[in-house]
Amino acid sequence: MNTTLQKMSRRTEPYILGAIIALSLLIQARSGQFFTGNNLVDLARSMTVPGLFAVGAMIVIVSGGIDVSFPAIASLSMYITTKILLAADYSGPVILAYIIGGVLGLLMGLFNGVLIGYFRFPTLVVTLGTSSLFIGIMQGVLAARELPVPPAMFDHGTAKLFSAYNTQLGLSSDMPVQILLLVAVLAVTAFLLRSTMLGRGIYAIGGDEVSAKRAGFNVFGTKMFIYGYVGVIAGIAGIARACMMRNAHPTNLQGIEMIIIAAVVLGGTRVTGGVGTLTGTMFGMALMTIMSNSLILLGIPTYWQKVFTGAIIIIGTGVSARQAMAKRAKPRKASPSPSKAPQSQEASK
Amino acid sequence: MSDYILDARGIRKSFGGVKALKGVDLSIRRGEIHCLAGENGCGKSTLIKVISGFYEADGGQFALDGESFTKIAPAEAIRRGLQVIYQDFSVFPNLSVMENLAFNMELMKGHRLVNRKRMRHIAEEAISRINFEVDLDERVENLPVADKQLIAISRALLYDARLIIMDEPTTALTKKEVRSLFDLIRKLQAQGISILFVSHKLDEVFEISEGYTILRNGQNVAHGDTKDLDAKKFAYHMTGREFAEETFQPQIVESNPVVSARGLSSYGAYSHVDFDLHPGEILGITGLLGSGRTELVQTLFGLQTHDEGQLLFEGKEVRFTNVKQAVEKGVGYVAEDRLTEGLFLPQSITLNTIVSHLDDLCSKTGFLDQSQVNTEVNHWIQELSVAASDPQQPVQTLSGGNQQKVVLARWLANDLKVLILNGPTVGVDIGSKYDIHSLLRRLAHAGLAIIVISDDLPEIRATCSRVLVMRDGSIIAEANPATTSEARLGELITGQA
Amino acid sequence: MTLLNEKQSPLARFVARDPNLFRLIIMLVAVFAVMGALRPTIFLRPSNLVSMAKQFPEYGIMAIGISICMITGGIDLAVVGTANLAAITTARFLIASVPKGSPGGYTLSMILMGILIALTVGALCGALSGWLISRFRIPPILATLGTHQLFTGLAIVITEGRPVSGLPILFSRLGNKTLAGFLPVPLLLYALAAIIIGIMLSKTRFGKQVYLVGTNATAARFAGLNVKNIIMRTYVTSGMLASLSGLIMMARVNSAKADYGASYTLQCVLIAVLGGVNPDGGFGTVGGVTVAVVILQLLSSGLNMFENVSNFYRDVIWGGVLITVLITNHYLTEHKRRKALKSASEGCGAPWGNLGGVAPPGST
Repeated sequence: MNTTLQKMSRRTEPYILGAIIALSLLIQARSGQFFTGNNLVDLARSMTVPGLFAVGAMIVIVSGGIDVSFPAIASLSMYITTKILLAADYSGPVILAYIIGGVLGLLMGLFNGVLIGYFRFPTLVVTLGTSSLFIGIMQGVLAARELPVPPAMFDHGTAKLFSAYNTQLGLSSDMPVQILLLVAVLAVTAFLLRSTMLGRGIYAIGGDEVSAKRAGFNVFGTKMFIYGYVGVIAGIAGIARACMMRNAHPTNLQGIEMIIIAAVVLGGTRVTGGVGTLTGTMFGMALMTIMSNSLILLGIPTYWQKVFTGAIIIIGTGVSARQAMAKRAKPRKASPSPSKAPQSQEASK
Repeated sequence: MSDYILDARGIRKSFGGVKALKGVDLSIRRGEIHCLAGENGCGKSTLIKVISGFYEADGGQFALDGESFTKIAPAEAIRRGLQVIYQDFSVFPNLSVMENLAFNMELMKGHRLVNRKRMRHIAEEAISRINFEVDLDERVENLPVADKQLIAISRALLYDARLIIMDEPTTALTKKEVRSLFDLIRKLQAQGISILFVSHKLDEVFEISEGYTILRNGQNVAHGDTKDLDAKKFAYHMTGREFAEETFQPQIVESNPVVSARGLSSYGAYSHVDFDLHPGEILGITGLLGSGRTELVQTLFGLQTHDEGQLLFEGKEVRFTNVKQAVEKGVGYVAEDRLTEGLFLPQSITLNTIVSHLDDLCSKTGFLDQSQVNTEVNHWIQELSVAASDPQQPVQTLSGGNQQKVVLARWLANDLKVLILNGPTVGVDIGSKYDIHSLLRRLAHAGLAIIVISDDLPEIRATCSRVLVMRDGSIIAEANPATTSEARLGELITGQA
Repeated sequence: MTLLNEKQSPLARFVARDPNLFRLIIMLVAVFAVMGALRPTIFLRPSNLVSMAKQFPEYGIMAIGISICMITGGIDLAVVGTANLAAITTARFLIASVPKGSPGGYTLSMILMGILIALTVGALCGALSGWLISRFRIPPILATLGTHQLFTGLAIVITEGRPVSGLPILFSRLGNKTLAGFLPVPLLLYALAAIIIGIMLSKTRFGKQVYLVGTNATAARFAGLNVKNIIMRTYVTSGMLASLSGLIMMARVNSAKADYGASYTLQCVLIAVLGGVNPDGGFGTVGGVTVAVVILQLLSSGLNMFENVSNFYRDVIWGGVLITVLITNHYLTEHKRRKALKSASEGCGAPWGNLGGVAPPGST
């Protein structure tokens, strides 16, 4: 009864890919500059760090939570790491920076994990609190200010895979090596989510936590893992960011969390948990990045950027909300699910 | 080998100071379909949790498949052939049928990596045991409720189950689905599997079970062969009260109908429906889930609109496009699902009672008249004998029956002309059920027009003066419940002789 | 303090009715006492108290707005965007309509006009969020995230990202005035907003409807409430409160800009939660929110008195306080919770088995 085509049409990815293609073609038609090497490389560069964050944000949303603390974790890990390496006058390979950043991220993530997994506090509230805490530690206790990065991180930041030249405009763009980090995290996460019982457990918990417990999933352990893993991603994303910017700026990630979450939801991840794919997440992130990077190619002044971001969030989430509504309207009598129904923000028909 | 798959003796369990089980016995023979009955809170669930290893008993012991235990680990219980199918089926709506079927087994075996081939194999084996045909790659949320239950059952069978406990398995099922569930239960029995069927629905207990055990307040009150049981004894054991079988004889039925439907149709839900509802009568509407009965009454309440035909209210044509219009005309609706559609669970009895007529309790500027609110809420608590210590008490602390009374109070507090009840006593204990039935009769005698939607045929007999039978969106018959047998009504409903 | 001197029974009743508010008040008193004891000369100086009273209203009013939305089970992340857009519109209007050297009476009337314009902009912003949420059922967190971007974006487009300054002097003079030597205008505005919203939530039909919709929107619809309309009105209210905050901010810094107060959004959510607003909806009071705002203001002003402590410690304190309160509440209600949980698992077979904390009959 359900053909593959029908199943595909229920997914979000094809629609968002369509939107990306349409937008790209529009920009190409208007400017002739979209499908040029340097523009595509610039897009990849802009997407690297947000892409890492998006992977983490998606995992948390799939498990039924929401995490707004990753920019704070990234900033604090990045800042402490830079400070340590500067103080030690470190000149070895950059990998140590990633290790320190990752470990710091892990610790902060596990702190979230304990509050969420053990105490079962609402995830939004917990991560708001820890976010404030981490930022305060950085700016208050550590009196953070902008720092130059140590040589290893600087060199890593300027390293490139290749350069793309736009002969027409005389511009060139470097493909950052950090894109490999994104690819690696995507590969590891894809394996984790698809091929390990731990990963399936994340989906199971997002679908129905009580059932997950009864089925034999270790719910507490899985939650600790989720927030720890997401902490590690945030930590190394912070390092990658500092390297790419070639300085450690304590506050310039603030506020990015909401854009990332919006991109993840745009990519088909269900806000109530249980459903979401890496492909969709990357599509969502790409759409957001194209929108904010390419306005200039359309001849729109950059200060319109936020207006368009806002519009795309509203339209994108509006469309998926409508899809969900249509789906809910279809079965005459939905199965009673007392665990979720009373909380849902439902307006009259 | 012992004749009994399960033989529990003197099981005791208390929480804090509360004694949930005060020395309960439960014995199930091999291959027997046994019913465990009792009102909510009687200790049924606690007993199941002790046997399946989620709670440790304070005293007593039980033999499972011939082996004696005072406590058991959940995994050991499963090894001994015990499987529990929970009321919510414990499925993952967001995952595929295959994963739902295979996860438990994979986790039990300690596999850390996903092997889709192996999982598919497990899933195929699971569904083959009950000849269940389903697309293994479909997401469970897209399946009907009955299929979700079949997933839970076939998953349980993977473990060579010898005793399957089904906790209130029929709650979300239609009549037809219940029938096929019963067929399946009998097939399992034929394979030598014992079933413990937990229910408080009388007709189901009679139909399916061979032996029964009834608990009340954590104690055994009766057990034996189901064939020796009758409705009256059953109700008595469950509640400790005697109930007279009553029927409804309308006293003064006004000749002018308060609601009339003429050729009323809603595309895809019901078509060409005609009926009159008079003050003073209780009109039953029965039919299978999906017969259009819910959509029909929701039209009278403004939750849906009709596409064709006429709806007359006190002789004037109306078309309710929202609930408020219906409420203003004096229509009240007790919804099907009390917990999600009826009540504001963590809020007070007061708020739950006054929600639908805040307008009457407010000054023109929108300020609530607190003393009037208190007077009114206290009045209804007394009038309907709601067992509550304080009107500010959250309604979730009340029993199902008392919760339903709060919903009734909400509507009765309005100047009501028509009261529609969709499943008036679903999930309500027998005692409150009788209370609610006699309240409905009293209200009708006082001149209210009432519609009762129910597929509980004894309930229809106890309350209705006329009953309309709906099938596939049409009214196919009108019957007098006092003179029509339940069997005949059942035939009309399903269309099968 | 007067509360503790009252007779036992009303106090006990108060504690029983709202234990969270009671704990917050205790905390407030404790913070005040500690700060007063550590730095009596600075902390208790009237000028310090007045300056605290000037600082918290601008985010406190926003927090009240967010709280109402949270009580309906939603959230309004667009408050800061709304505040700035409203302030910028009013600033533009004032600059255009009041040339330098205009007579005082005329300026005052234009300022009143400007306030009306700000409130209208706030209401329209709220209406857009409310419309998206109620009509299209976009999850509130995303809808208001989108409208926040939109409003901030519009503010940037209008101002090209620059601050709007050159306001009539009278405006900031009015906004920073301290009446009778101890009552700053922002505090007066906060009190006004808190009292109006407090009464609205606790005493009026609309207030009850807000709590009911937040508890169970489906049941609200089945009970005949106009859910769409109620949600609309909450977001409109939140938008208007936000615009009022925007005006206070504008008076304080004597200009308007698209990115003022960017950190306020999350702080306001934090205040709401600390004040006992349930993020799932259905519960929360203006009283709780007010006490939470004051506690946080006392803490951060208190820290300012220590020369070697940076102002940024405030974030540590806020996060720390929130987590501490969560954990304390957790252990304080542990007993109660355990009992409820037990009863819930007890009733697992009953239809309400999944609604954690719901006691079935006979288990108590």
